Amino acid sequence: MRRRAEKNKGKVSPALWPMYITTIAFIVLPLLYIVGISFLEKGDYFGVKNVVTIENYHKIFDPMYLSVLWESLKLAIITTVLTFLIGYPFAYCTAKLPVKWRGMVRMLLMTPFWLNSLIRLNGWIILMKANGVINTVLQSMGLIEEPLQLLYNDGAVIIGMVYALAPFMILAIYNSVEKLDWSLVEAARDLGAGPVKAFFTVTLPLSLPGIIAGCVLVFVPCIGLFYVSDLFGGSKTMLLGSLIRNEMLQARNWPFGAALSMLMLIATIGALQLYKKIAKTDSLQGIM
Amino acid sequence: MSETILSLRNITKSFGDNKVIKGIDMDIDAGEFITILGPSGCGKTTMLRIIAGLENPDSGSVSISGQDVTALPPEKRNVNTVFQNYALFPHMNVYKNIAYGLKLRGLKKDEIDKKVKEALELVQLPGYEKRMPDQLSGGQRQRVAIARAIVNDPALLLLDEPLGALDLKLRRQMQVELKNLQNRLGITFIYITHDQEEALNMSSRIAVMNGGVFEQVGSPDDIYERPKTRFAASFIGDANIIDAKIVSADKECAIASFAGGSIRVCGSSLKAGDSVALSVRAERISYSDKSENGFDLEGVIERHSYIGGVLKTAIKLKNDQELTITGSNPTASYPVGSAVKVYWDPQFAAIVEGGA
Repeated sequence: MRRRAEKNKGKVSPALWPMYITTIAFIVLPLLYIVGISFLEKGDYFGVKNVVTIENYHKIFDPMYLSVLWESLKLAIITTVLTFLIGYPFAYCTAKLPVKWRGMVRMLLMTPFWLNSLIRLNGWIILMKANGVINTVLQSMGLIEEPLQLLYNDGAVIIGMVYALAPFMILAIYNSVEKLDWSLVEAARDLGAGPVKAFFTVTLPLSLPGIIAGCVLVFVPCIGLFYVSDLFGGSKTMLLGSLIRNEMLQARNWPFGAALSMLMLIATIGALQLYKKIAKTDSLQGIM
Repeated sequence: MSETILSLRNITKSFGDNKVIKGIDMDIDAGEFITILGPSGCGKTTMLRIIAGLENPDSGSVSISGQDVTALPPEKRNVNTVFQNYALFPHMNVYKNIAYGLKLRGLKKDEIDKKVKEALELVQLPGYEKRMPDQLSGGQRQRVAIARAIVNDPALLLLDEPLGALDLKLRRQMQVELKNLQNRLGITFIYITHDQEEALNMSSRIAVMNGGVFEQVGSPDDIYERPKTRFAASFIGDANIIDAKIVSADKECAIASFAGGSIRVCGSSLKAGDSVALSVRAERISYSDKSENGFDLEGVIERHSYIGGVLKTAIKLKNDQELTITGSNPTASYPVGSAVKVYWDPQFAAIVEGGA
């Protein structure tokens, strides 16, 4: 066995070729392409000129772009915190349900994913627009005179983000709460902890891996999810995801768009590293 | 003289249609070592959880030190539990595990330090404060679980098959240690096990539990020598149960017959015509060429097996019932196939059914 292993060292089993080919063709090469053009100059009409520069990265530090970055991070943090506050009780209660109901709740949670998320977000617009469902109901009840401005502000973007990403938080937390050894909570109660104290000293710390996984699953996409701010924020809120899209498709500044993408990639890798460190694991099993 | 620590009154509990506890009454005195002994599924763990407050009884009451605690949650009861799987907090080191209950009571840091240190010395793990539970062996986890419970100085310590996961040698050693610990601390122990050896070895009293009721409560000696029910007799040790009918009775003793022969039975108020069931311990039965004690019981030796220090013999009676007999003499004086007379001293046979 050992001799064979040595003989095969450095060789790739033919069975793995398809995996390597797809990985190289669809992940490594496009990524290298983005890295490459992020160091080139913008072409006159579109595309790039073969002039090496770090100007694209330098430009990120322009206060205008820094504020976009800051707004994106802020929104991602708020969204993560809100999905956690909503998701934890939801996940906790689901994990406490009788087994036959748990599967049902998880199904219901996943069902909306069968629909395109743009369509689902448009559903929210019908609810929240000036003559939408919420305003009409409130007006007919006489609670408000004028329609409320529910859409096209930061609040609307946050609602959209939380709506789109909460299931990831819930499922990640559910997975770790469901595996919890409840006799530990009983032990805490037995040793004199009330239900609240037992929750904060035992249940919550032991579901931390799920919480962190959920936070990564929400935080990372949140930075890049441009269509929510496009639909719900009007043109008022510019986020990193929207900025990259604009640079690539409208301003035709591929090098700068590529540099911004690299920034996002680094932020994502940073978040995953943080996860590994806090969750004390080398695998991303909790996330994937 | 000693005060009653725990009173259980008519406890019942069902899970759905399954009646797990069917009316249990018990009084336990301070300083006792009570073992609840029974097969798995007999309701013993549920009983323990009801005492701890982790489960609410459907009816009945639980009083600890004279106070009715039936409605109190576990954290309000002066009772601590050593759980079957130890239930150590995996995210806390040994120190934090043991200090958990002390911190909740608002003790000062130096006081907690002192008590944790003492508790670890009591369970012979000094210096283990910094270890995490997953760095400990099964026996060490067991000790930490015990330390975490006793450090709170409970009125009552509940132990749910605490030695079940340990190997035989360690289990024997821990039995001695637990018993010593209990003597030293004077805490009342309620110990759950399905292991009769553990029960006989450690307890001041044993409650034999089956099908949600206590079949018999008594000292180890009582339970072993004078079982009151068929179950109590057969669950502990090697017991031979004989069903017979009284044919003639004088004041205290009687002759009873069954298809295998006739035997002498002693007990109060035995009447001719009564049916009785007797339990006779394997080591109390003798056999030879000549009958004794007014017995008329014959059998054929089926097999001998030497089980280390003891010879175990099976004798088949005329009605095909097999008796198990153990003797300390390892040489088989009667070869397999020989016909022998079987008898015992009637005072060592317990009437487990019928009679009074």
